[in-house]
Amino acid sequence: MSRAVILLLALLVTPATAAAQELNLSVAVSMKEAVEELARGFAAGRPGVMLRFNLGASGELQRQIEAGAPVDLFVSAAQRQMDELEKAGLIVASSRRAFARNVLTVIKPADSRFDISKPGDLLDPRVKRIVIGNPKTVPVGQYSEESLRALGLWERIQPRLILAENVRQALDYVVRGEVDAGFVYTTDAAMRAGRVAETFRPSEDTYRPIVYPAAVMAASRQQALARSFIEFLVSREGQVVLARLGFQPAPPGAR
Amino acid sequence: MSPQALSALWLSLKVSMVATALVALVGIPIAYLLARRRFWGHAVVDTLVTLPLILPPTVTGYYLIVLLGRRGILGAPLYAATGFTVAFTWYAAAIAATVMALPLLVRTAAAAIASVDRELEKAAFTLGRSEWRTALEVTLPLARNGILAGLVLAFARALGEFGATLMLAGNIPGKTQTVPLSIYTAVQTGESHEALLLVGLLTGLSCAVVVAAGRLGARAQ
Repeated sequence: MSRAVILLLALLVTPATAAAQELNLSVAVSMKEAVEELARGFAAGRPGVMLRFNLGASGELQRQIEAGAPVDLFVSAAQRQMDELEKAGLIVASSRRAFARNVLTVIKPADSRFDISKPGDLLDPRVKRIVIGNPKTVPVGQYSEESLRALGLWERIQPRLILAENVRQALDYVVRGEVDAGFVYTTDAAMRAGRVAETFRPSEDTYRPIVYPAAVMAASRQQALARSFIEFLVSREGQVVLARLGFQPAPPGAR
Repeated sequence: MSPQALSALWLSLKVSMVATALVALVGIPIAYLLARRRFWGHAVVDTLVTLPLILPPTVTGYYLIVLLGRRGILGAPLYAATGFTVAFTWYAAAIAATVMALPLLVRTAAAAIASVDRELEKAAFTLGRSEWRTALEVTLPLARNGILAGLVLAFARALGEFGATLMLAGNIPGKTQTVPLSIYTAVQTGESHEALLLVGLLTGLSCAVVVAAGRLGARAQ
């Protein structure tokens, strides 16, 4: 009996047998399915390599990295978070690559009775609740704020805003019909095509280009492997997967 | 203190006070019934009331969404009839806090009521008091300190409520962002001064509450 207990305790305190090479990725949640699929392709050709994901809003992931989270590679949904980490010397600057681009869209529940087809329709008194990501930590919220400001709607729309912790929460609020409209990426809207309906896409000159950069963390002990994952992201094979899920190629010159 | 922190503090106090009042209204009768009556479904009521104490707050939050969301069991007819939805309003925060705090009062108050000497109740019956009046004039006053201790604990629990509130009420500054949610956001955004201030405030308040509950509990013995 006591021997069994000791054995159990020994098992509990021994670190789980690690794969030969383990790569920890902090990934903007809007890239979830894409990176998961890419990871399968990446690991398929590399026996013993295992990838683990930490998904969340890019701002939230950035704070975790600043607090010393053991991360090998960061995929952000905006350049701002990556810029701040670069300034703090937490990423390997030479490894940083932009690898995808996204587009902002406004969605409503599929069974919504409201006719929303242009920005001004968001001020319709029947449209009571509009979800955006929290602009403090969620890139899609930052792009939404920029766009709403450029459209001259930001101040007037304030009382209707519900802030989500990440883009998938915003999507979920629309799917559940808790809100009348929401700002997400076109790739997110495509994830739940049957449950939400696209209304209009804010003009792309009202917000900064939505560019996804990836970079190796300075503190990573898997520098080479992490770099080869980034190479895989920008490779033709990687780009085909991203395009199939609705992402556009990164604009030339972006990093 | 930033205006946002002040509004979070005010909202937290408002939500906790409303929740405590609701807990008293709903919880004391339940505690009395659980302590003094054997009825069909006794164990069910006991379990249901205690569950929020045991379950992860996210589970309780999920049930509340299923119940009160715009397409929820109660939420859908409410929305259809009035155009009003509880979710993402401060009412949602108060409801979440009430449900989470209820077990603390019911457990504490039921124990206090159960420990009231039955001979005294019998004496009141003998003197012609109804059960209703006996409860109000004899049992509850004798269990007073235990009930008060339970209410103080419930208030503290309501003040600290996070998970279920986040799920049902969201995290909207000035509307549903209570102090715990404000701390969460401050940490997420690297505003460590704000976080520290609010953490200190909540810790101080909670210490005061524990001391108060302890004194009341000791007097109840």
